[in-house]
Amino acid sequence: MKAIIHVGLKPGVLDPQGRAIARSLSDLGYDEVSDARQGKVIELDMSGTDKDAAEARVKEMCEKLLANTVIESYRITIED
Amino acid sequence: MQTAVIVFPASNCDRDAAMALEKVTGRAPHMVWHRDSELPSDVDFVVIPGGFSYGDYLRSGAMAARSPIVKDLVKRAGQGLPVAGFCNGFQILTETGLLPGALMRNKGLKFVCRPQELKITNGNSRYTSAYGTTQNVVFPVAHHDGNYYADDSTLDSLENEGRIIFKYEGNPNGSARDIAGICNAEGNVFGMMPHPERAIDPQHGGTDGLGLFKSIIESI
Amino acid sequence: MQAVEITPEIVAEHGLTPDEYQIILDRLGRAPNLNELGIFSVMWSEHCSYKSSRRHLGKFLTTGDKVIQGPGENAGVIDIGDGDTIIFKMESHNHPSFIEPYQGAATGVGGIMRDVFTMGARPIALMNALRFGSPDHPKTKSLVDGVVAGIGGYGNCVGVPTVGGETNFHPGYNGNILVNAMCVGHARADKVFYSAAKGVGNPIFYVGSKTGKDGIHGATMASAEFDDQSEEKRPTVQVGDPFKEKLLIEACMELMATDAIIAIQDMGAAGLTSSSVEMADKGGVGIELDLDLVPQREPNMTPYEMMLSESQERMLMVIQPGKEQLAFDVFEKWELDVAKIGVTTDTGRMVLSHKGEIVCDIPVAPLADDAPNYDRPHEPTPKRPQIMTADIAEPSDYNATLLKMVGCPDLASRRWIWEQYDRTVMADTVDNSQSGGDAAIVRIHGTQKAVAITTDVTPRYCYADPYEGGKQCVAETWRNLTCVGADPIAITDCLNFGNPERPDIMGQFVGCIEGMNEACRAFDYPVVSGNVSLYNETNGVAIPPTPAVGGVGLIPDLNYFATLSGAKDGDTLILIGKTDGWLGSSLYLREIENREDGAPPPVDLQVEKQNGDFVRRLIRDRRVNAVHDCSDGGMLIAATEMAMSSRTGLMLTKPEGSCLTNGWYFGEDQARYLLAVDANSVNPILSTAKSMGVPAIEIGTFGGSQLKADNHIDLDLSKIRATYEAWLPTYMES
Repeated sequence: MKAIIHVGLKPGVLDPQGRAIARSLSDLGYDEVSDARQGKVIELDMSGTDKDAAEARVKEMCEKLLANTVIESYRITIED
Repeated sequence: MQTAVIVFPASNCDRDAAMALEKVTGRAPHMVWHRDSELPSDVDFVVIPGGFSYGDYLRSGAMAARSPIVKDLVKRAGQGLPVAGFCNGFQILTETGLLPGALMRNKGLKFVCRPQELKITNGNSRYTSAYGTTQNVVFPVAHHDGNYYADDSTLDSLENEGRIIFKYEGNPNGSARDIAGICNAEGNVFGMMPHPERAIDPQHGGTDGLGLFKSIIESI
Repeated sequence: MQAVEITPEIVAEHGLTPDEYQIILDRLGRAPNLNELGIFSVMWSEHCSYKSSRRHLGKFLTTGDKVIQGPGENAGVIDIGDGDTIIFKMESHNHPSFIEPYQGAATGVGGIMRDVFTMGARPIALMNALRFGSPDHPKTKSLVDGVVAGIGGYGNCVGVPTVGGETNFHPGYNGNILVNAMCVGHARADKVFYSAAKGVGNPIFYVGSKTGKDGIHGATMASAEFDDQSEEKRPTVQVGDPFKEKLLIEACMELMATDAIIAIQDMGAAGLTSSSVEMADKGGVGIELDLDLVPQREPNMTPYEMMLSESQERMLMVIQPGKEQLAFDVFEKWELDVAKIGVTTDTGRMVLSHKGEIVCDIPVAPLADDAPNYDRPHEPTPKRPQIMTADIAEPSDYNATLLKMVGCPDLASRRWIWEQYDRTVMADTVDNSQSGGDAAIVRIHGTQKAVAITTDVTPRYCYADPYEGGKQCVAETWRNLTCVGADPIAITDCLNFGNPERPDIMGQFVGCIEGMNEACRAFDYPVVSGNVSLYNETNGVAIPPTPAVGGVGLIPDLNYFATLSGAKDGDTLILIGKTDGWLGSSLYLREIENREDGAPPPVDLQVEKQNGDFVRRLIRDRRVNAVHDCSDGGMLIAATEMAMSSRTGLMLTKPEGSCLTNGWYFGEDQARYLLAVDANSVNPILSTAKSMGVPAIEIGTFGGSQLKADNHIDLDLSKIRATYEAWLPTYMES
């Protein structure tokens, strides 16, 4: 099983890196881009087959370490 | 007076912090390894030094905040032990929750190293009382993630409770309300991005940092 | 192992000529297998064997009273008294930085730091010498951005201050930027470590990161010209891990404090191959490695890949028998991979086994001793005519000319760069890039001694006249160290040139070396380490010859040193040295007249030494408040830099009988210094100078907030500063 965790800044928290990306894209002529947000993807290889149990464990990992919930939110996807 | 410095694998201001503590207390601090599970019992004041603790992978200070020694540190800080974190040490203290908020990537996105003028916004704290009438000091800053963030209600309460100890004069990193250093509600835990420990020597960065160490040592 | 037939095509792909391959056949008495061929190819690459340059490098002065170790080890070692040594080296990472600027520059910094701490020194300072293409070139901005971030990202994290350097722009580097990194470390004299694997039957330890497929054939990449397809070679660039490097430093320092290490070598270019061959060759022993024991990052790595991988942050050591457990304990404490992978033998052969088979069995000596040593044809660069100052029209507006000069890419403030470098970590940085001074000053921890460090070269002089340019680059570093009151001790060099198979390029190389060597001998200022980077050309266009020099000196007592920023209101400005107003190959000629012709200023080494020794003595006697040398842009630029750094205005008066005004202001005559002195020191200094035959003349007074010069210049210092500070950030953000 694989857990894929997307961690990104919460809405409302200024994201200077995302802003720089949006600006560069606009400089390159991609005028349709109005904003960009940058985050990170963490992939975990996990043993076991129970997806619900895995998701609960990964949620705990996010709260404890993988995300700083003062500024970040996360989204978990479990894949076979 | 016995002090201690926590040493993580990639701390790189641990020696500077030790020099500062020895200069002010006349006694070498304990250098406490990150994998130790307990602080020595005789410790009166602990510094979490700058550096990149565990390479600062994931987030600055994130993994250090979960190390065995920090568990004990959090417990002791809760009992009133004075703890100061500089630069990476401040990042670690926010990651542990001992101090509110978080330190994000600098607004300019670049690492920034410069002598930084700071305004002492609370001269009565345990970390600034020795400065007397001095209002402004210069410490070096050297960081990539020093952009302090907290929600407005947290910022308001920091402001109202006099817990913002230093503010930047000329914001180097986009920090909310120019915050450079804050303390917890009890006043024993303090964190700042600038480096007072690099300002204890006229040949290197001036001596403005001595007052900070004197203040906390005298308060114990 | 799957047998691969060695065809002429495979030989050519390994960068070996048919003649070179024939030597391999002769030495082995048979055809090599692929692993053996790979090992020969990297050992005999230009990068590892110096096959085009070796015979010329041999001309350098490399010994002296203070030299403990000259070229041939990981880095040079000099004696700074009291049982202290300084260990230093500069190295290029040009090709990787062009392909992937962040990682290329970062791993360049990591590599040079390993060269220094391998020898037992704790790194105490980093410097760099960077050359980029024209600011107008579409790639330049992103290269500057990536290289600077990479240098900072690595050095800042490891916690070694980046204290100075130089950055230039010229279209000659459009296709080949130069990233030269220098590291300076400190060790006690009885704790210097070398790479010779002495003794038979001693265990060989592998320490650090795991081996992956990074940078396979990096050493051969550094030995080949670029073409338009080079950017496709991106996967060969190594990725750095400064966190691992920091752990490696601390672990090595800890183990070095014991007596467990017999020999140590970092795995740089050509990784496990060159490190093991060099250790065995220097120790006169054979070596047996079991490749199954090498820590590997990816499954199913072949012996070929393992031997040629350039994964970073790895070391090879020979450990004292009986001390194995101590070594394991230290490295495990620091959470590093560690494995005993082999043993030294008395066979003189390099024997590698993998999955129960011998996959390489070759004699060590030919790998090192029989490496080709070419006497490439070289043609001297034709001499250029001297440009007379009178033939260069005077500018109509000197105010505008000065502003254009201070705001030009080669003179404008580098704040945007150095603010990204942690310059004060370790808390011993006495002076750094921030002052704009001639040399960085770093205190030896816990003492009142300091090292002065500088990097310099003026490629436009080397291009115009390699011999004079070669003299000049060594002389300028000597002058820079003198300016802060240091005794210059020794240099490291990074010789960056084009394709040595072209006689004109080889002529530049030989000319520069001969000029450098003459200066080294005149100053008793030997070369103790360095590297050569050839084939810096793209589609047949070579870089300007760029022999970057890193100079190191000693300030014996920090109560006696100088910088350029100590001038006070009321101080007098004295110019030391003779001014003829030499404008040939000057920055003024290039920036204002758009000309890059003319002979460069000649360097009289006797005069250099005399003037420099005089200035150093004044600093030691505390007779001066600030010192700066006159270099790019001439006297007026040097004086302006002093005024800006000292935060005081300056009124300059051109003495009667001096040369024409544009030459007086912007001429680049050598061996000149500016001194800010108390008014009552002026006469004693001038009379001492006269008695010693040193040209010295009063040319201005500090004070106020303007820069004024005769009836030509009247500008607010704040306006000059704004222009000076504006160019680089504006360029980078545009």
